[in-house]
Amino acid sequence: MSVSLAIVALVTAPLVAALIAVILPRWGPWLSLLVVAGNAAALVVLIPAIVSQGALTLPIGGWQAPLGITLRADGMALAFLTMAALVMAAVLVSARPEFGGGGEVTETRRQWAFWPLALLLWSALNVVFLSRDLFNLYVALELLTVSAVALVAIDGKADGLGAALRYLMFALLGSLAYLLGAALLYAQHGTLDIALLADQAIGGRAAVDMMAVGLMTAGLAAKTALFPFHAWLQPAHSGAPAPASAMLSALVPKASFAILIRIWFEALPGLATPPLLVTLGAMGAIAIVYGSVLALRQTRLKLMIAYSTVAQIGYLFLIFPLAGGDSYMQPWAAGAWTGVMFHALSHGLAKASMFLCAGLWIVAAGSDRIEAMRGLASATPMIASAFALAAVTLVGLPPSGGFTAKYLMLTSAFVSGQYVWAAVLLIGGLLSAAYLYRPLAVAFARDGDAVFKPVPRLAQAMPLMLALAAILLGLASQGPFALMQIGRPSSAEAGLQ
Amino acid sequence: MSATLPILILLTSLVPAFITFFLPQERHSVRNLLNLGGAVLKLGLIVFMILEVVQGTIYETRISFAPGLYLLLRVDALSLLFVSLSALLWLLTTIYAIAYLGNKPEMSRFFGFFSLCVAATTGIALSGTLISFFIFFELLTLSTWPLVVHKQNAKSIAAGRSYLAYALPASAVLLIAIIWLESSVGPVEFATPANLERLDDNSLRMIFALFIAGLGVKAALVPLHGWLPAAMAAPAPVSALLHAVAVVKAGAFGVMRIVLDVFGLERMETLGVGLPLAVLAAFTILWGSARALQQQEIKKRLAFSTVSQVSYIVLGVALASPFAVIGGLVHLVHQGLMKITLFFCAGIFDERAGITRVDALDGIGRQMPWTSVCFSIGAIGMVGLPPTAGFITKIYLGIGAMQADAPWVLAVLAVSTLLNAAYFLPLVYRIWFGDAPTPVPAGGGPTERPLGLIAPPVITAFASIAVALLAASSFSPLAWATLIATRDYLR
Repeated sequence: MSVSLAIVALVTAPLVAALIAVILPRWGPWLSLLVVAGNAAALVVLIPAIVSQGALTLPIGGWQAPLGITLRADGMALAFLTMAALVMAAVLVSARPEFGGGGEVTETRRQWAFWPLALLLWSALNVVFLSRDLFNLYVALELLTVSAVALVAIDGKADGLGAALRYLMFALLGSLAYLLGAALLYAQHGTLDIALLADQAIGGRAAVDMMAVGLMTAGLAAKTALFPFHAWLQPAHSGAPAPASAMLSALVPKASFAILIRIWFEALPGLATPPLLVTLGAMGAIAIVYGSVLALRQTRLKLMIAYSTVAQIGYLFLIFPLAGGDSYMQPWAAGAWTGVMFHALSHGLAKASMFLCAGLWIVAAGSDRIEAMRGLASATPMIASAFALAAVTLVGLPPSGGFTAKYLMLTSAFVSGQYVWAAVLLIGGLLSAAYLYRPLAVAFARDGDAVFKPVPRLAQAMPLMLALAAILLGLASQGPFALMQIGRPSSAEAGLQ
Repeated sequence: MSATLPILILLTSLVPAFITFFLPQERHSVRNLLNLGGAVLKLGLIVFMILEVVQGTIYETRISFAPGLYLLLRVDALSLLFVSLSALLWLLTTIYAIAYLGNKPEMSRFFGFFSLCVAATTGIALSGTLISFFIFFELLTLSTWPLVVHKQNAKSIAAGRSYLAYALPASAVLLIAIIWLESSVGPVEFATPANLERLDDNSLRMIFALFIAGLGVKAALVPLHGWLPAAMAAPAPVSALLHAVAVVKAGAFGVMRIVLDVFGLERMETLGVGLPLAVLAAFTILWGSARALQQQEIKKRLAFSTVSQVSYIVLGVALASPFAVIGGLVHLVHQGLMKITLFFCAGIFDERAGITRVDALDGIGRQMPWTSVCFSIGAIGMVGLPPTAGFITKIYLGIGAMQADAPWVLAVLAVSTLLNAAYFLPLVYRIWFGDAPTPVPAGGGPTERPLGLIAPPVITAFASIAVALLAASSFSPLAWATLIATRDYLR
């Protein structure tokens, strides 16, 4: 497979499979496996290619940037693509019992709709990670939002519909703001290609640019569920079926975040001013504390995990004060930037694992109250191990991807003298330990009387695989670290030394 | 070989750990073979390594994670002291645990985490940088939790909760200390003195305090010791491991690394942080003993005794005079041998005779002679009477206190010895001279079998006398501690 074919396949394969699955619903589960395999093959081709040749740019149909659309596979894109591929593989395999239909069972709407929606979402994600054009990114983001909203509403119950509607409202307002900003930029610069924008906007801090980027940032923050735009997240993520929640929590916020990174660090890095960066960081910090405290107070498992996502998204925004603005050219900034990327990746893996665990536990216990989980650790040791390992990553304990992330972020906070963010990181870690400990301790307690539904071993293995991947990200962080430096948008030297 | 040996030593417990997790409950022989085999292999590799190190081979392994973040396993004399202690005691504890737990449920989980715990301890001993130390220190925290809550009842879950409630904030504090220091002076390797001049004295004092607070939880320094008595809810082999080999020792060992390798004895003196640390250790010694006196449960009494005894180690390095440092170093081994004997015996009393409280010990000596003899040896050693290991430690600390111009320490040692006698000797008295309340049942009293249960305490009790009698020989822990102190740290 050639490199450009691999890039095209990443974008089109899930899309084509989604369309086929609409027409031939019974093929959904099998097509998904095919896409998983194809995606893996494409990544296996691409990663060595960019490690040896550096970031690859692919003008679609041979049309260069101002006219055509370019896709670019750099280290960050591939890291996110790989994470998404792992999460999607686990999600699609574990969704089979719930959405597979099969045999005599007549198809329900949710079984028909799940596979095309999941595949569409995947396709949109891959486009977002690879695309280098702000309008193209907008289209992909819309596709992502629509399929995500539909997944929330897939059960057709009143709760789910309400949550989906609320999600849609936030998402549409976010899209509007983003589109407005993009239009302003286009009017100003005559292009929406990120590389061309970067060339044009060097130095100046034009008011129009500031306004445009402000609008886009607000829109994307709403889609990422950054505090105070998070109100849609917890009903949507906790109301959806578990495999959908895993995608929504682990992957969807990362897409809008990736666009934010592209805008701030690649298209218009000159725009950042210290107050702006501190504001974004402060919103992240509030999200960390607020989300964690609310997670601590939940009695329902999925709601707790959803609030944990609100908190964990906060960490992503610490990238702005730690690696943005004038610190952009400082030696520690690369560490902070990579640290946040590590956080995004390990959170994706761990949170997907945790939602899949929650889904299986809820089926086994017949309730989503944390108290109902009593005794589950002995009944389902693989799920308990997966949940515990995912918790280790989310808390940021070694050896895990979460720890590598925390170490890099803490180091740059200390080196640059920004002790407040260091304090936030540590408090956030302790709070997350507190709320994640509770379900684990309950599951670990012995309860002789409890009767649980059996859970298939393959379904148990999926979250464990994801959690182990998150641990492995820490144990073998050198490879991912080096990968993410490829095509990094700054001249900063890697790390501290 | 020299690059792979430290990794191999780690793998001798990591590999059994991971295989054990997946073994079904009923595969007893495979599980026992794996765990014992790993323990024996590790001990063999360590003996081999000691012989090579004596001849001047340097063992060093680097694994890089990210710039500035790398794992360094490096063998020096101090790490050998700790790693050989833990390897020996792990083997004995494994034998004991197999006999003790028999056919109880969740054996694979237990032995899996048990091996993981020892892997973490080995990693702590072999760590050559602060961040490597931290990684294994945290692995230890996490792998001990399932052992503490092993019984899965309300009491042990509460103990596990309290353990994490102390340990996780401590780890955050430790991480601050490490990153604060390293963000100014670069990655700190124990073998090469860090360039601490880049920080002003007050920052260094703060960092030192953060290190002690972060390590103090595991080392059970008052007031950070609260989790230790609660953790007694765990099965006896776990208590033995916690108190003698792994957790508490890891904390004390960490304090040694910080004082000896990161700051150095001289800088500790110029910063003036040695005296406060010594005072804290002295207070812990007295407080632990005083609280032990009030306990009526045997294991609780032993737990507070640990609080007190481990601080001898901290006291030794804090005083910073030659004899005190040697006394502190050697107490790492001595306390391990004595305390593990006591916990082994307490476990046998509990498991075979149902004795958990002090007043139930009356007259048990005639029914369980082996256990009782071992327990008495351990108790006498803790008091510090000759000819036991505890005596050597106290002599060295006493001389060290005079060398350090700190005569008040002598008073602390004297009071502590009296307190130790006050809470240990009554037990010995009850065991041998108390009246058994009921006549021995016709079918024979409580048994001390199988051999795997009684052999480990006999060996450790014997060892705790041998290390004292043979202290002057060149293979004793005292000789090794003297070598470490004079060659590496006292200049």
